[in-house]
Amino acid sequence: MSAAKKDMRTPLGRVLAHGSAKSGTGDHIRQRITAVAMVPLALFFTGFLVALTGADYETARSWLGNPLVSIAALLLVVAAIMHMRIGMQIVIEDYVTGALLRSIALIANFFFAYAVGLACLYAVVKIGFGV
Amino acid sequence: MAEQRQAVERPLSPHLQIYRVTITMAMSILHRIVGVALYGGTALVAWWLIATASGPDAYAVFQSVAGSWFGQLVLIGFTWALLHHLFGGIRYLLWDEIVATSPKAADTISWIAIVAALAGTVLVWAVIFSMRGVI
Repeated sequence: MSAAKKDMRTPLGRVLAHGSAKSGTGDHIRQRITAVAMVPLALFFTGFLVALTGADYETARSWLGNPLVSIAALLLVVAAIMHMRIGMQIVIEDYVTGALLRSIALIANFFFAYAVGLACLYAVVKIGFGV
Repeated sequence: MAEQRQAVERPLSPHLQIYRVTITMAMSILHRIVGVALYGGTALVAWWLIATASGPDAYAVFQSVAGSWFGQLVLIGFTWALLHHLFGGIRYLLWDEIVATSPKAADTISWIAIVAALAGTVLVWAVIFSMRGVI
């Protein structure tokens, strides 16, 4: 029987619920916006770290605690975490086969990204507030 | 029924070894590998930030590891990976805007990205070593 076909998926694919999650475009755009944001931010922090060469602990902490530097650091961390979560997800979806392993890898990607991201944000805020 | 499906001889899509290696292809593969490396590298950034937030003792531990020959090697690699992904990534942003999409222009900006990343890495570490008085 041939009901009106509304999509290009095979019947098997439809039953297994494979196919577009309808949220890929958002990730695609997010990937590019975070990339644009990180060009100046990453270059700034590269220079910042070079300038910190040989600095002692107090100097490093006070430089990072400067409000403008702290805010730039927060922006970079947020952009980087979004960007790398999407990038790694694409890599996993391309190369990791097998339903279970794929699910584990995709979930682990979220865990790693959020854990590293929140650790960085917490540290930057702590340094910025001087506590 | 699935059993009734016959295996049909279809033309197969050529795989990697069929293609001549081009610079855009090599850069595409490298972009992913470097991206994955940077992904892991964020854990080091988190370590540095947490150490700085924690106090002089934790910071000293980080500094001793980062200052070792292996730590320095990782940091130099990190610098190159970051700049390579950054300059390589700008190509994708340009291509999104339909800039430099001809084969010749695509090759040219790929080489520019490679050279810019290497030159940037050399520049960064030349400044660092000269600030330390090593060179």
